[in-house]
Amino acid sequence: MAMAWVALQMLYGDRAKYFGLVFGVMFATLLMAQQTSIFVGLMARTANQITDVREANVWVMDPRVRYVDEPEPMPATDLDRVRSVDGIAWAVPMYKGLTNVRAPGGVLNQVFLLGIDDASLVGAPKTMLLGSVEDLRLPDAIIIDRAGFEFIWPGEALELGRRVEMNDRTAVIVGISEPAPPFTTFPIVHTRYTNALRFTPGGRNRMSYVVARAEDGQAPEAVARHIEATTGLQARTTTEFQWQTIQYYLQRTGIPVNFGITVTLGFIVGAAIVGQTFYIFVVENMKQFGALKAIGVTNTTLAGMVLLQGSVVALVGYGLGVGLSAGFFVATANVTALRGFYMPWQIMIGTAGAVLAIMVVSIFASLRRVMVLDPAIVFRG
Amino acid sequence: MIPHTLSPPALAVRCAGVVKSFGTDETLVRVLHGIDLDIPAGELTMLVGPSGCGKTTLLSIIAGILSFEEGEASIFGTPIHSLKGADLVRFRRQTLGFIFQQYNLLPALSASENAAVPLLAAGVGRVTAIRRAEELLAQLGLGAHLKKLPNQLSGGQQQRVAIARALVHNPKLVVCDEPTAALDAQSGQTVMALLRDAALAPDRGVIVVTHDNRIYSYADRIAEMSDGRITRVARTPAQKVA
Ligand SMILES: Nc1ncnc2c1ncn2[C@@H]1O[C@H](COP(=O)(O)OP(=O)(O)OP(=O)(O)O)[C@@H](O)[C@H]1O
Ligand SMILES: [Mg+2]
Repeated sequence: MAMAWVALQMLYGDRAKYFGLVFGVMFATLLMAQQTSIFVGLMARTANQITDVREANVWVMDPRVRYVDEPEPMPATDLDRVRSVDGIAWAVPMYKGLTNVRAPGGVLNQVFLLGIDDASLVGAPKTMLLGSVEDLRLPDAIIIDRAGFEFIWPGEALELGRRVEMNDRTAVIVGISEPAPPFTTFPIVHTRYTNALRFTPGGRNRMSYVVARAEDGQAPEAVARHIEATTGLQARTTTEFQWQTIQYYLQRTGIPVNFGITVTLGFIVGAAIVGQTFYIFVVENMKQFGALKAIGVTNTTLAGMVLLQGSVVALVGYGLGVGLSAGFFVATANVTALRGFYMPWQIMIGTAGAVLAIMVVSIFASLRRVMVLDPAIVFRG
Repeated sequence: MIPHTLSPPALAVRCAGVVKSFGTDETLVRVLHGIDLDIPAGELTMLVGPSGCGKTTLLSIIAGILSFEEGEASIFGTPIHSLKGADLVRFRRQTLGFIFQQYNLLPALSASENAAVPLLAAGVGRVTAIRRAEELLAQLGLGAHLKKLPNQLSGGQQQRVAIARALVHNPKLVVCDEPTAALDAQSGQTVMALLRDAALAPDRGVIVVTHDNRIYSYADRIAEMSDGRITRVARTPAQKVA
């Protein structure tokens, strides 16, 4: 349709406003897509230490535990009680706690200490940058994650054989891992379960979790319920525990509110800029629209023209915004604090919906003016 | 002197008892008090009179962009007050050509694109429409300025683009409100000469509202208005016709 072409010329012809509109949509898109993605990524991180134990699909813990980072100690005998439940292929102990690491001549660092089963090494790091998981069997051996190594020894090349002190005992780094990023910046240290008990103060009853696997053909949910019924402990499938942990952070921290505010601001500021600019664009063209009306362009055609102008702005702005957001995650893939973040397609669709809402409001606010415009204004100064 | 013709000229516009008021109740002001006016085809008729007497109001009614309360107004036999909504818009698109004091060109379109707008609005393809517009612009002396944007043209040149836009779709009636008011004397003369030359056709009516007495000489007929009434209609054979 020829008038569609005229509409686009009108839009592109007003360079400043066209760029302003596209920028507004782009800005809103970028802010919403990027911030939501980081939020989702951050929340997912809270459960990474659960999902990283890929061998297990059932977690057993004290009934008071609310999320993965605050385990309650259990007596070692609970391990045997869990093992005796039907439907379990295997069950192993796990220690998880915060402890201090002192590098020679260095400062004290708090780390996540993960003690994994001496025999099976279930829960060992899946990605090793240096060294091997099997070396954990050596005396006093620990594996530290890359981020942790760089945290303790900034700017130094990754290296095995370094010694640190934990609970006045010497530990030797035999491997450097790259686990899924944790929610906090604490380094992650893996060691054998018995070592973990030596590297931390306290008595014997310090088992944090029993991680287990349901027998093939047994639903993990059913096995978990069965464990709860027979032992009185709390049992969760990996997925259940993951969501329980994410839920905890969602409800107990200000993070969702903060991101919510940013995303809402992005939406409101974007809507304000775009709505305002589009309105001004249409109103400044009112004489033009009036002349077209007098000349014999129907309201339907004029509405189509405004709709097309708005749609082009929305599409171009959204495309740029999503592109920039994706570019941000590509560019920061190697930044330790931002590693593992990406833009899920659900967020792209959600952002598209928000942009659509902004544009629909902007278009209809200005469209009304065009529809009721009296063509008789064209003969008036 | 009235020339003798074998058949009376077709009537482009017939107004009978047209009454128009603005405002409501206490603020109601009657602006046109029963206008009777016939405008023949094949001539250029000027509507003149003091500021505020109702010229633009009458022209808007004739152009089908303003409603009125009483009387009748017909364009080539079609009573415009009987047309509503989309029918009225289509009637304007097919029958009328508009020329405005402030040109009202689309700033983002070139001269030829602007002149092609009525054809584009009628669904003519862009290439054909622009070619027809360019022929007309060349005839109006703008052959060298086809690709220029309105802000790259002088006022007189812009008004010539507007003339091309008003004529490109061969309308039966051309309505102009103060086409020379924004122009200097010389440009005004040029524009009127070109308008007369290009617009006049035996089966087309041309109405020019003006209070610029320097261009009266381009009229075939002058209708004088005062305070919402037609006070005099005079045949004034245009002197400039060679
Ligand atoms: N939309 C309107 N609402 C109220 N009054 C109006 C409106 N349009 C015109 N008028 C009034 O109607 C009268 C006639 O106006 P009109 O514009 O037709 O005069 P005109 O002869 O064209 O004047 P000018 O030579 O200054 O252009 C004026 O008093 C004007 O104030
Ligand atoms: Mg006027």
